[in-house]
Amino acid sequence: MIMPDSTLLNFDSNIIQVKNLVKKFGHFTANDNLTFHVEKGEIFGFLGANGAGKTTAIRQLCGLLAPTSGQATVAGIDIFKNPEKVKERIGYMSQRFSLYDDLTVWENLRFYGGIYGLSNKIIKDRADYFINKLGMGKSRNTLLRDIPLGWKQKLAFSAALLHHPNIVFMDEPTGGVDPVTRRQFWEMIYQTAEEGITIFVTTHYMDEAEYCNRISIMVDGRIVALDTPKALVKKLKARNINEVFIMLARKE
Amino acid sequence: MKAFIQFLKKEFYHIFRDPRSLMILFAMPLVQLLLFGTVIKTEINDAEIAIWDKSRDISTQKLTNKILSSGYFKLAKIIQSEPEIDTEFRKGKIKLIIVFDYNFDKRLTNEGKASVQIIADASDPNNATILVNYVESIINDFLRVKNDMNIGLQPQMRMFYNEEMKSVYMFVPGLMAIILMLISAMMTSISLTKESELGSMEILLVSPLRPAQIILGKVLPYALLAFLDAIVIIRMGKNIFGVPIIGSRLLLFLETLFFIITALSLGIFISTITNSQLVAMMISAVALILPTILLSGFIFPIDNMPWILQFLSNIVPAKWFLIAIKNIMLKGLGLVVIWKETLVLLIMTVVLLVASIRRFKIRLE
Repeated sequence: MIMPDSTLLNFDSNIIQVKNLVKKFGHFTANDNLTFHVEKGEIFGFLGANGAGKTTAIRQLCGLLAPTSGQATVAGIDIFKNPEKVKERIGYMSQRFSLYDDLTVWENLRFYGGIYGLSNKIIKDRADYFINKLGMGKSRNTLLRDIPLGWKQKLAFSAALLHHPNIVFMDEPTGGVDPVTRRQFWEMIYQTAEEGITIFVTTHYMDEAEYCNRISIMVDGRIVALDTPKALVKKLKARNINEVFIMLARKE
Repeated sequence: MKAFIQFLKKEFYHIFRDPRSLMILFAMPLVQLLLFGTVIKTEINDAEIAIWDKSRDISTQKLTNKILSSGYFKLAKIIQSEPEIDTEFRKGKIKLIIVFDYNFDKRLTNEGKASVQIIADASDPNNATILVNYVESIINDFLRVKNDMNIGLQPQMRMFYNEEMKSVYMFVPGLMAIILMLISAMMTSISLTKESELGSMEILLVSPLRPAQIILGKVLPYALLAFLDAIVIIRMGKNIFGVPIIGSRLLLFLETLFFIITALSLGIFISTITNSQLVAMMISAVALILPTILLSGFIFPIDNMPWILQFLSNIVPAKWFLIAIKNIMLKGLGLVVIWKETLVLLIMTVVLLVASIRRFKIRLE
């Protein structure tokens, strides 16, 4: 395993702390002894081929799936003991954006604020903040089906941030989006991270992996590499992350 | 709780902004009720018949008058020859032809028997059977009067609970079963699979809403609207078509609610089998709606079915629901009589919900 020496350094600032996490489905081991941590405000890239076990890991961290063994805390909460509590502290955004086409921009935000139990006042203030920030003031009462894809994606991200989560899990958030919009979207991610919100992101785009503070690469249910993109490129004497990924995935 | 109300609100937006949902929820029950109630009838009014009277005597005259004054038949043509029978049927308007044989009155008086032939156009077999039965019963009645109680055995038929054999009495409960099935099972299964198909189910599951809240939030609006539809159908049935509600209204509503819950659990169960709206719709249509129409006893009597279909009809919830609400509405019976049907629905609901929870858990893992 390619790891920096200081893997488990600062416990207090670690927003995600995972030790020997195992998830088995019958005889199949989907996650084999995962150990890693994510620091507060970090953009953490979670890479791996399809079927490597990324989704399984994320689902456990989100409290959707009970782990088989190990230890893990998310935002200071033990996911073994209190998976429901974890849900209040995290945001989630998936590839499919998951906003409702037959609801307006404002209704979508109000809905997502509402299911997190925010008060009407807070929902309104925060929704206004995001709508203005995205320059969507005029589209506030437009049905989502009439909104361009790039805006939908940013809006989905805003919806995931509405309840001020400590961490946002993003499962391939830029799937099917053009390069310019992707670029803009990553600027939004950076801004969010600067505000102290941790970003846990999976992606298939290797240029996006380079935007992350640190990345982990999963192969067959195990983490085979975890470091900053630069360090990984250097260690494996590769030209870029794309090469790193291919080298690691092939080797296994 | 607040989160749950927000969820319900969203669900109502979905329903009220979808023209197709609105059609099924509000237009369809009305249109179907009016269609079933007025157009499709199993009773006969003014069916056009022809008569070939070879005898032309007092008895045939009396019998003809009796038949025509019954209100069921209208004399459209008097025919005189054999070939005309064929010609008239081919024209299609005349559904039944009565032929009195020669010397009808003489033979009837002297020998105590005479020949009358009833020929029906059986290209519509149901209708033909009904017409023939009507004529037969009128002729029998005529003979009884004529023989003036000479026959010891006199069947006096009365159709209890639906004296006039009004088909609308059957259609109102049957229609309720279909509409409730459509809304509570089909529409909820589609609405639930839609969330999975769009990927929003993931987001909902990651939110602090519990899975049970999500499911309840999805099905509750449909339950409410289905119940509303049921009330509209019952009221329209009573006010427009005069379908009585002899028994307890409370019991009728409770039984309806019960059936809605059974249908909802069917809808939930279907949504645990598939993630595709289209598949959910197909399963609902073939596995739920068709049996509700064909095997529930709504249109075809269960007693006349082959044993295998009779056996199958037991797993159709609508069968039990129909028995129960007909007993309440038309006979005025109480829970003492319909507890068995209610229990069957209850057992179905529990089995479906347990199966759904299991499947739901498997899918999460």
